[in-house]
Amino acid sequence: MRSEWNGFKGGNWEKFVDVRNFIQKNYTPYEGDDSFLAGPTQNTTDLWAQVMELTKKEREAGGVLDMDTKIVSSLTSHGPGYLDKDKETIVGFQTDKPFKRGMNVYGGLRMAMKACEDNGYTVDEEVVDFFAKHRKTHNEGVFDVYDEEIRVCRSNHIITGLPDAYGRGRIIGDYRRVALYGTDFLIKDKLQQKESFGNVYTDDVIRGKEEISEQIKALKELTKMAAAYGFDISQPASDVKEAIQWTYFAYLGAVKEQNGAAMSLGRTSTFLDVYAQRDLAAGKYTEEQIQEFIDHFVMKLRCVKFARTPEYNQIFAGDPVWITESLGGMGTDGRTLVSKMTFRFLNTLNNLGTAPEPNMTVLWSTRLPEGFKKFCAKMSIKSSSIQYENDDLMRNDHGDDYGIACCVSSMVIGKEMQFFGARANLAKCLLYAINGGVDEVSGVQVGPKYRPVEGEYLDFDDVWAKYVDMMDWLARVYVSSLNIIHYMHDKYAYERIQMALHDRDVKRYFATGIAGLSVVADSLSAIKYAKVKPVRNEAGIVVSYEVEGDFPKYGNNDDRVDELATNLVTTFMNMIRTHHVYRNGLPTTSILTITSNVTYGKATGDTPCGRKKGEPFAPGANPLHKRDTHGAVASLASVAKIPFKDAQDGISNTFTIIPGALGKEDQVFAGDIEIDLNK
Amino acid sequence: MIGHIHSIETCGTVDGPGMRFVIFFKGCPMRCAYCHNPDTWDMRGGEEHTVEDLLAQYESLHHFYKNGGITATGGEPLMQIDFLTELFEKAKEKGIHTCLDTSGVIFHRDNPELLAKFNRLMNATDLVMLDIKHINPDEHEKLCKQPNDNILDFAKYIDEQGVPIWIRHVIVKDITLIDHYLDELGYFIGGLKNLKALDVLPYHNMGEVKYENLGIEYPLKGMEPLNKEDAIHAREVILDGARRRRKEDAANA
Repeated sequence: MRSEWNGFKGGNWEKFVDVRNFIQKNYTPYEGDDSFLAGPTQNTTDLWAQVMELTKKEREAGGVLDMDTKIVSSLTSHGPGYLDKDKETIVGFQTDKPFKRGMNVYGGLRMAMKACEDNGYTVDEEVVDFFAKHRKTHNEGVFDVYDEEIRVCRSNHIITGLPDAYGRGRIIGDYRRVALYGTDFLIKDKLQQKESFGNVYTDDVIRGKEEISEQIKALKELTKMAAAYGFDISQPASDVKEAIQWTYFAYLGAVKEQNGAAMSLGRTSTFLDVYAQRDLAAGKYTEEQIQEFIDHFVMKLRCVKFARTPEYNQIFAGDPVWITESLGGMGTDGRTLVSKMTFRFLNTLNNLGTAPEPNMTVLWSTRLPEGFKKFCAKMSIKSSSIQYENDDLMRNDHGDDYGIACCVSSMVIGKEMQFFGARANLAKCLLYAINGGVDEVSGVQVGPKYRPVEGEYLDFDDVWAKYVDMMDWLARVYVSSLNIIHYMHDKYAYERIQMALHDRDVKRYFATGIAGLSVVADSLSAIKYAKVKPVRNEAGIVVSYEVEGDFPKYGNNDDRVDELATNLVTTFMNMIRTHHVYRNGLPTTSILTITSNVTYGKATGDTPCGRKKGEPFAPGANPLHKRDTHGAVASLASVAKIPFKDAQDGISNTFTIIPGALGKEDQVFAGDIEIDLNK
Repeated sequence: MIGHIHSIETCGTVDGPGMRFVIFFKGCPMRCAYCHNPDTWDMRGGEEHTVEDLLAQYESLHHFYKNGGITATGGEPLMQIDFLTELFEKAKEKGIHTCLDTSGVIFHRDNPELLAKFNRLMNATDLVMLDIKHINPDEHEKLCKQPNDNILDFAKYIDEQGVPIWIRHVIVKDITLIDHYLDELGYFIGGLKNLKALDVLPYHNMGEVKYENLGIEYPLKGMEPLNKEDAIHAREVILDGARRRRKEDAANA
């Protein structure tokens, strides 16, 4: 066994790239409470103060402190950058100094230029000239192929947020591989993979071999990048500090190369804990030191920044990177995957304070250890920063080494990836069904010129039949646009380092998305159970609705309307499934507009449920604002009816509750009076 | 049988043990100055429900209520004692934990017909959360426009029936936040053998907006919500009173 692996239990992982096997053979489940955790060191506090100061300056400067306008970001584009070299235990920035944003051009030149211009910078002329004349970008490729139908759908916002001008993201490299194996081992493995394609040169084989060559180059560049910081990552990490540093370097490579819509971290904590346990046992590091490494790691993650446009930030409500770290969950053998490192990750919310990044996502199981459940509840109340996902549901499909990309997209780390596909606005599609394909806001004939609804009141069977036809059209246009996008992204903005940290044959989810679920459910319910009178403008377009009487609303555990919602998801998903998808992907859909629901609402006219033009949609699969009147459990039960098999890319529900509504305050409530009376 | 229900809260976390399906009954004869549900006073209006449909709703959500159950509150659930009894009896048949949140105001031991109804109800009740508004009869009358002798008697009655009791008590500055009354209350509840918990409820004014909506004058206009320190103090005074009673009872036994 290699010296870096001394003390580890061997297995398949020694010979083959198999991180899960390493974890399973070596990790220590932790079933205790949070009492072992350490607070921040002085260095941590000092460094964080520095970050806060930079954040303040950045805000004062209007959102961006510095941008690179000359050097196109790549793995080796910039020299090392530091906050305070002597104090940092984990190092590395995207450019040569903190808070300086790199320039990513391969996704699209225009977007890169606009991101600079909108923030008061100008891209160097030579760069513009080079990309305009000599190096096509993803964005240019896509628009070379887009047809009029797709363009008009795009400009009328029935399909929105398509990753056709920016990095698609939602791919998680198995960044742990660099720590466990070092890049030499991984390059050797990639060379073997390349050979394994054989010599029958079909299109797929040619592409496969070319991609692996790119991956190998990226691994070599990553090694160089780390060397600039004084580390040799060609060899495995030898302790927990190095394991964190190696893992971070691999992630850093990804965010230097790609400005993706979601650049998630994966599931690193329990992997890293194996090293921590070994070092603790050997007396190499103390708990305080290990917590410091994790604090510094998380601090670095919080400093990841991209050059983006105000429009982009509007869609995503801010400037998110979606550095999702998946925590906890249960193993398929019944042991919990919660380790002390899982606690340490959450403890960064204590040591550094609350922040949206990294997006701490707890893979929740009813069987998680009590101590961990209590700690999660405590940290949720304290920070409002933890996301929960159903491990008991996802483990069935993905086993126990999957992670979440962005907010809900689940994928097996290093073995599965996804083609991110934005969202189809199904609420607008319903209005198209009513108006025979005419957009209710622009008045443009966007969809096919089918017969619009007639008569004084909307008839459910008539509207549903028309809606099915319109969705069928939308599904085709939507999938077509995504096929073009992903073809071009692979061609012009391939995620080299992230894919280098995947197996040769990855399962590709072809992700689509739905916006407006609860708007459609309530609208259909209104049409079915109340009386809905369409109101037409001079041009005969239905622009508003008068609802007479009450109707069941989604979010109250009422099957009459909940079935309309579930049926909608299944119907649309089945339509998606009928189409050819790029690279034999597996079509999925998500219902997860966590932030863009506001933008979708702005672009959508009055809906039959009584929602007015411009009013926000509910986020994700949430019921519409204030329509769930039976309390949170009924609301959750409605959402829980959405079939995961037809929305496998995830279903989100955004939930806010005041701590007082979560239960009794121990200091005021005497819940076990015998104890109090016997004091 | 039809019950008149104000509303249902499916995520009840503060009305009994565990997470609970909380049914707010319509109708209440009390007019407590600090009441935060004046919209439940009137028997009329609200939703009409059968026991079957309420239990069907519960069953469809039962996996959320592993350590919880049903809580009947309001309003005053005892105003619809026949419906309430049927609800609890059918719930017990399904093994559901039943909790009654009440002021006890309609209890009268000397009415045999009513007593028989109470006996039947208590048979199907796992927990009573009795809200004693004020320990002092005159103060009680002032606060709630009803006497409290039958309410205190109800506490003893529940205890005789062997049903576990939680005592709830709202703490309002100048009204119940008075040490000798709190001590007296503690002394009283210390005599209850089946007392399981003391739930001190700090006064809040979140109900005030409902009064405005209903066009009723809010009796405690301007009263500040109780702070946590005062609530903790009140709890300690009550517990001290209860301890004293326990000691005396032990000495007399």
